[in-house]
Amino acid sequence: MKIKIKRFNKQKSQDFYIEEFDILNTNTLKALLEVKQNYDKSFSFRYGCKSAVCGSCAIRVNGVEKLACKVKLKENDLIEPLNNFEVIKDLVVNLDKNEHFIKKSNAFLEEFSSNVVTKNDGKLIDLQSNCISCQSCFSSCPVSSINSDFIGPTSLTKVFRYIEDKKESLSKNKLDLIQKNGIWDCTLCGNCTMVCPQGIDSRSDILKLRMKSLQNGYTDPTIQTSFNMEFNPNGF
Amino acid sequence: MYDVVVIGSGAAGLTAALEAKEQGFSVLVISKNYPTFSQSCQAQGGINAILDESNDSIDDFVSDTFIASRKISNKKRIRKFCELSKDSILWLNKLGVPFTRDENNNIAQRRFGGTSKKRTCYSSDYTGLKIINTLYDTCVKNDIEFLHEEFLLDIAVENGVANAVITLNINKMKVSKYPTSNIILATGGYSNIFSLNTTNSYLTTADGLAIAYKNKAKLSNLEFVQFHPTVLKETNILISESARGEGGYLLDKNSNRFIDELKTRDEVAREVYKRVVKGEEVFLDLRHLGEEKIDELLPQERTIALNFANTDILNEPLSIGVAAHYTMGGILVDENMQTTIKNLYAIGECAQASIHGANRLGGNSLLEVIGLSREVVKSFNKDKIVCNIDIKKYQKEIDELMHKEIKVDFYKVKEQLSQILFEKASIIKSNSSLNEVLEFINEQKNNLKYMGIEDKSTYYNRNLVDFYEFKNLLLISELYIKSAISRNESRGSHYKLDYEYEDESFEKETIIENQDNDAFIYFEEIK
Ligand SMILES: Cc1cc2nc3c(=O)[nH]c(=O)nc-3n(C[C@H](O)[C@H](O)[C@H](O)COP(=O)(O)OP(=O)(O)OC[C@H]3O[C@@H](n4cnc5c(N)ncnc54)[C@H](O)[C@@H]3O)c2cc1C
Ligand code: SF4
Ligand code: SF4
Ligand code: FES
Repeated sequence: MKIKIKRFNKQKSQDFYIEEFDILNTNTLKALLEVKQNYDKSFSFRYGCKSAVCGSCAIRVNGVEKLACKVKLKENDLIEPLNNFEVIKDLVVNLDKNEHFIKKSNAFLEEFSSNVVTKNDGKLIDLQSNCISCQSCFSSCPVSSINSDFIGPTSLTKVFRYIEDKKESLSKNKLDLIQKNGIWDCTLCGNCTMVCPQGIDSRSDILKLRMKSLQNGYTDPTIQTSFNMEFNPNGF
Repeated sequence: MYDVVVIGSGAAGLTAALEAKEQGFSVLVISKNYPTFSQSCQAQGGINAILDESNDSIDDFVSDTFIASRKISNKKRIRKFCELSKDSILWLNKLGVPFTRDENNNIAQRRFGGTSKKRTCYSSDYTGLKIINTLYDTCVKNDIEFLHEEFLLDIAVENGVANAVITLNINKMKVSKYPTSNIILATGGYSNIFSLNTTNSYLTTADGLAIAYKNKAKLSNLEFVQFHPTVLKETNILISESARGEGGYLLDKNSNRFIDELKTRDEVAREVYKRVVKGEEVFLDLRHLGEEKIDELLPQERTIALNFANTDILNEPLSIGVAAHYTMGGILVDENMQTTIKNLYAIGECAQASIHGANRLGGNSLLEVIGLSREVVKSFNKDKIVCNIDIKKYQKEIDELMHKEIKVDFYKVKEQLSQILFEKASIIKSNSSLNEVLEFINEQKNNLKYMGIEDKSTYYNRNLVDFYEFKNLLLISELYIKSAISRNESRGSHYKLDYEYEDESFEKETIIENQDNDAFIYFEEIK
């Protein structure tokens, strides 16, 4: 079976190029290993658990984010690195942004409260805390493509997970940090939700964060923007 | 200069880093991947603890762990380990790990094999994932410094004192040294000697053990490798012990149960393996648990079975096999997690802390990883250190590798090694089969001069890292085989056809010493 892989090696060329390979394995991770071992040992990609839980093997197949260890290939499929990250080599991208956005949005437990956590409370954040940090959602996000300061769905969902955690006593702090370049910049296109291998619905988490913000006295800046736009279309 | 350098960003490394920072030390964490990608995220079933002494007791926990170890563990250390359990869970809870709760809103516990009580705390069946992500978020909060994708090449040891780590930045291909008076190895186990038959991450390649050994730290109990009795056939993906813990059945080809599913892993794995080598199918049957229970308690297992074996466990039994899962042996450490080299510590799966002995109980590894990794900080050296090591030779070695001609493909040898190890030196072995493997290993040691790297790029050269990992695996395979040959008895996970009994005279720990690049193996009384 033939597959295509988008390659990049800055020591060979400044440009990306597409290369075709003949492979036997249909499991994408196995196919990538086959390419590396049989055709080109310089071919680079990340992988770890092979069981769809470490998140390291995320790539795009025909433009859609997938975990290589989980997805099957078909004839002529095109494999590319994640979007919205600097490509280091072949399918390897620079992931340092993740840490930056966790920090920027305080996507962690700030101050422990000894509130009773019920069985049900736990269920409220169960799905979001299944996030495997694969960055598929971030890669799929059109806003991240144009605004490099946009906190992005990975961290926003994480913010939601900590805000909803009964153990957090400083929830409101986090809301503060996601007003700018955060929840209001999202277009609610739902790409992130579509690609998440864990079934996490970041779009709806962002919507819920907007609701929470309004309830806590924040205003919706997009209303302001569209009002301006009617009178001055060039007024950004 | 940092007070502490931690190698590895699995649950052990992150825990030690957080605790060290909390105690006021300056810390650097170096790891060959990103923290959230570390193997610890794969832990599904849970972490053991005594939360309520009216239901369960430290004494029972100690006794279950000691019995499973087949008497080759240190009761005093097990007791301390068990005593740390409650605090470990409360600490994780405080950081934000969302443990599953019971009807009374307490942290819920399930039953694992080899124990008399429900003792395992969990977050559905994503326990490791939730722990590692929470630990990492907390590290970001606490400004812990990381070097990602930086590979440990060596440790500098002068006059018996470790004083720096030498690393290779995978992207920049730059060799650096980081002098420090406290080095912690948290590099994970060695199950990838069975690379084609393991549940482990591809990254678990015994680097820490190999580097410690080359620098003359003692290793111990390497012959004890735990095989897991329920992994998906072919893919070797783990189906958590919680599946049996929640009441799953093991069925033979005639749909009959053939063993008490809650016996310890060594016994269950052996019974499954006996059928697997005969070419018979073995099944894990969960249908009777019902949809509600499965979706609440085993969601990951259901997804894995669907995605990787095309089986819906609600309706069909799952075809399973066995695979190397956990390595009880490791770098020998004392009660402070100190290795036999001064200033060098080992924690987590790479350490042999005299707790698991011949057989680890499910849920005890995560407890070791959290509990003991917090303790290690207590014995840190506060003096500054001088390091005179010249690192030019490492760069030179890499340059030479870049130009070397290659006649043997080490990737193929790695697969052959895994195959022969699984056939002749896995769950059931004998001295003659072990010697056959040793012969193969010696041949490949000779062939190393024909092996090397084909990728000549001088940045992000993963081919080079793969080669270093392969050499580490080859070395540890040799030590594994030699240890297994030395122990002429059967105990726990170590089972020999020519010695099918426990021999009291082997009620000791295996010690491996590097003497002039030759392994000297002897046995020491358990203190
Ligand atoms: C599928 C699966 C399920 C499991 N389930 C459970 C369970 O339910 N309960 C339980 O108690 N235990 C379980 N275990 C065991 C447990 O998960 C591990 O023992 C534990 O997570 C090991 O943690 P660690 O921090 O020691 O190592 P790891 O998580 O393996 O981390 C090792 C770290 O070292 C780094 N590293 C390695 N070599 C180098 C190098 N040369 N240079 C730089 N960095 C390096 C790696 O990148 C990684 O960051 C399970 C294991 C598996 C595989
Ligand atoms: S819904 Fe929002 S966060 Fe998600 S991909 Fe679209 S713009 Fe990005
Ligand atoms: S939310 Fe989903 S897609 Fe995004 S990083 Fe987490 S697991 Fe991946
Ligand atoms: S290798 Fe871990 S998610 Fe694919």
